[in-house]
Amino acid sequence: MGLLADAAAGDIRSLARILTLLESRDPIGLAALDRFYPSSGAAHRIGITGPPGAGKSSLIDHLVRSYRALDRKVAVVAVDPSSRSSGGATLGDRIRLLDHHADANVYVRSLASRGQRGGLSAATIDVAHVLDAVGFDPILIESMGVGQDEIDISRFVDTTILVQVPGLGDAVQTLKAGIMEIGEIIAVNKADRPGAAALVRDLRGMVALGHPPQAEFETWLPVVIPVSATTGDGIAKLMESLANHSTFLRESDQLSLRRKNAAFAEVEFLIRADLERRLTQEPHADFSQMIEAIAGRRLSPRAALDQARHQI
Amino acid sequence: MNDLQQSSADVSTAPGRSIRVLIAKPGLDGHDRGARVLARAMRDAGFEVIYTGLFQTPEMIATAALQEDVDVVGLSILSGAHMSLFPRIMAELTARRLDDILVIAGGTIPDDDVATLNGLGVAAVFGPGTSLRDIVSFIRANAPVRRDEL
Repeated sequence: MGLLADAAAGDIRSLARILTLLESRDPIGLAALDRFYPSSGAAHRIGITGPPGAGKSSLIDHLVRSYRALDRKVAVVAVDPSSRSSGGATLGDRIRLLDHHADANVYVRSLASRGQRGGLSAATIDVAHVLDAVGFDPILIESMGVGQDEIDISRFVDTTILVQVPGLGDAVQTLKAGIMEIGEIIAVNKADRPGAAALVRDLRGMVALGHPPQAEFETWLPVVIPVSATTGDGIAKLMESLANHSTFLRESDQLSLRRKNAAFAEVEFLIRADLERRLTQEPHADFSQMIEAIAGRRLSPRAALDQARHQI
Repeated sequence: MNDLQQSSADVSTAPGRSIRVLIAKPGLDGHDRGARVLARAMRDAGFEVIYTGLFQTPEMIATAALQEDVDVVGLSILSGAHMSLFPRIMAELTARRLDDILVIAGGTIPDDDVATLNGLGVAAVFGPGTSLRDIVSFIRANAPVRRDEL
């Protein structure tokens, strides 16, 4: 059999190879995506995002264990940043997910961002489509460690878990636009550390401000859950909220709405990635003379744009 | 930019395959300084390095290599248990049909054992004092080139 049939039949080696080809934008990988895509869509796609070191991978480890206890077939896709100078990457999320190595129903794949901004790599969602098509459900997608405004992931998944930790600022941080606006579930990890109770209180206050009790029917009120990846405290509540949100999506029109929004976001994302790739790689996009002129103060960056437009 | 890095600018957005390397520490020794230095050097060389850290069993290493579709497995060992662990790692890789992966090793491995390890399929053994550049060059020259069909 070929890669495609083998992967569909559950062969992990073929699946892993297809994902590599997809990640490389190899025509074989892209053809595989086209073939798998119609069979995808059944899985609950869960995004996990938050600052570096917040405990995203460690929480995912707990979620994997909990979903396995429910006999679900779980995939994890974890993104770490690529170096902008060398193109290389150190992918270290797997180190928190080693306990499941003997379990054939857990698949973990590490991806490098490969120059993509926003928390995911260009191929991350494609990888999720393939994993979805071959029967993994849920699919847990871990973004890179993010700061204030990398909210891409929330556009592509069904449920976003925003992981926050105490010690990174005061209540004003919870009022800022950007990442604080995403997250159907906000997990306050390291809840055993000082400041966690105050952060939970501030976040609940923030959520309540945005969602007055009179809000229209069928909206989801983000839930704030203190958890500890070290002790496992709060994981049961996290699982309960994930199930609740999944039910909420399926029993309202929200799932189809979200999936349509995700499709739109995906097309936009792909076009943007394609443009960026062309900008940096097409032979005609040689900006070296222009760069010299700008650095030598002979040309302003603004004026250079007019020139660049002709070259692209 | 140090001498391990590639000269071409902005390779980070380049499509195409990147060399994927699994760095693992099999067995029970708790010293991963060398493995971390290597992970960093390989990152600077433009490789994607999956670092799984300490105390890896042969099964864990082979499963990670399988799921991550790596081109190279780098084993760092300082405990002296290489002659019992490496045959098991190679067997676990073979059991998963991963024979085309380039397996290399480093750490404290006596010269007398190298021929035996080569016979098992360990392509190279890099002892103390090996330059990082030599390891990177070896990987660039010997990482498998795969031809896939749907």
